[in-house]
Amino acid sequence: MSGVLRLDAVTKEYPRTGVAVRDVSFAVDKGEFVFLTGPSGSGKSTLLKLLSFAERPSQGDVKVSGFSSATLRDREIPQLRRRLGIVFQDFRLLTDRTVEANVAFALEVTGAAAGTIGTKVGRLLTQVGLASKATAMPHELSGGEQQRVAIARALANDPFLLLADEPTGNLDERATRGIVQLLREINALGTAVIMATHDLSLIMRSGYRYLELERGTLLYDGTDARRLTRHQ
Amino acid sequence: MRLAMREALLAFRRAPLLSALGITTIAFSLFAFGLFGLVTINIRDALRAVEDRVELRAFLVDGTTEDALATAMGDIGAFPEVREVGYVSSDSALVRSREELAEFSDVFDASVLPASIEVRLREGQRDPVTVQAVADRIATYPFIDDVRFGLEWVTKLYAVRTAAVYTGIGLGIVFALVAVIIIGSTIRMAVLARAREIEIMRLVGATNGFVRLPFLIEGTLKGMLGGVLAVGMAYLAHTAVSRMLFETVFFTPAQVGIGIAAGAALGFLGSLLSVGRHLRAVWRDA
Ligand SMILES: Nc1ncnc2c1ncn2[C@@H]1O[C@H](COP(=O)(O)OP(=O)(O)OP(=O)(O)O)[C@@H](O)[C@H]1O
Ligand SMILES: [Mg+2]
Repeated sequence: MSGVLRLDAVTKEYPRTGVAVRDVSFAVDKGEFVFLTGPSGSGKSTLLKLLSFAERPSQGDVKVSGFSSATLRDREIPQLRRRLGIVFQDFRLLTDRTVEANVAFALEVTGAAAGTIGTKVGRLLTQVGLASKATAMPHELSGGEQQRVAIARALANDPFLLLADEPTGNLDERATRGIVQLLREINALGTAVIMATHDLSLIMRSGYRYLELERGTLLYDGTDARRLTRHQ
Repeated sequence: MRLAMREALLAFRRAPLLSALGITTIAFSLFAFGLFGLVTINIRDALRAVEDRVELRAFLVDGTTEDALATAMGDIGAFPEVREVGYVSSDSALVRSREELAEFSDVFDASVLPASIEVRLREGQRDPVTVQAVADRIATYPFIDDVRFGLEWVTKLYAVRTAAVYTGIGLGIVFALVAVIIIGSTIRMAVLARAREIEIMRLVGATNGFVRLPFLIEGTLKGMLGGVLAVGMAYLAHTAVSRMLFETVFFTPAQVGIGIAAGAALGFLGSLLSVGRHLRAVWRDA
């Protein structure tokens, strides 16, 4: 078993709001698909931020790939980010440029050779099913399509881990299913996926492993979907 | 690099007024340096011309013996500050006085001109303090009646030059500080205008250096433009003075180059000082 990431007794305390994540430990293996759930404010986003090193733990150790929060210096964070894909509920596309320019941006700013970018962007857009909308502007796309663009961008540097913070939070049922299907395809190609969601039915249908947080503590880590029916 | 360049140029279009303001203050900062630099250079040239003519003239008491005179001239000629010593007889003094410098004319009584020793100093030894010191030493010879020299002129020119240097440096520094602050705030605007891009750059793993680069290029370009503008203004001032008042010299190409490079450095410094701080503010919620 090769680990993609491991948290050891991680606590995150914010100066004004207090403890957001408390003594959380878990590990994720290569190619796994893990859901992250829990009520609003339970610490899901904080946990994902710890994994992308947007935040540092107050206590404990976060290890992602070879990088450890104990030793990683700020200037080394970009190295890690290049190996991660990150998507959000609000897509975060650059609204002043086309779909393909949005995807190309991730390659341009990480120093990809100019000659390779066009081909790569075409391939990524095909992978997310948007090849025909390459020259559209983001506002001309549906929410589901915009999220696909964001996913294509996240895949630009071939991540070993994709972090998705409620990627379907703004989408209707059909678009949600499409995005989850896409994430499963990506996962099938070997990228580990951690997806935060409020949508318990998604977890139940998938049968995948899920982590449940409550007020910052890890309440459950496993695949027993029947627990969730009690929540509903 | 090309991307960074493009982004930097975009910033000019986004905030043209603030950009122009930044460029102008840099230009004024360098112009202040430059103008007083020009004054200094021109005074230096004038000083050199005057200094070449600065000589000490030691008038001899009537009836000084040839022997004493020869010994004294030998002594004085051996002073480290002295380049040349000459003897001017009573007769030749009269002839020469007509061709002499205006500033020395008052020295001579038109009818009776005593014989004198003429002392020329080495270059670099012609400042007022040295001239006075040498004069004092020569005056100790018993047969020397009086030592005269164009001290007033030299002193005045030196004073003007010193004032020009300090004024130039003082004004230049004030403008430079203002320029750094203004460049800093244009960078702040530029950072805020590009907050989304910066956030995405950070998200996908662009290095800090890469994120900073467009802002540093922007600042440096503005500084360079400011430098060019300053050179232009200084040139106008130089031509105006030359045409209307008196002939002046302008900077050498190397000095012009230094001026533009100084502008670039100012712009770079201004952006470097502010970009880190403002980027951190934008990055907080990435
Ligand atoms: N940048 C921050 N500064 C201070 N406190 C924060 C910050 N981000 C989150 N918190 C606090 O940490 C706690 C957990 O927030 P977090 O965003 O991780 O919850 P979440 O599970 O993602 O919630 P939601 O489902 O609403 O997105 C909250 O109490 C919140 O106030
Ligand atoms: Mg959240």
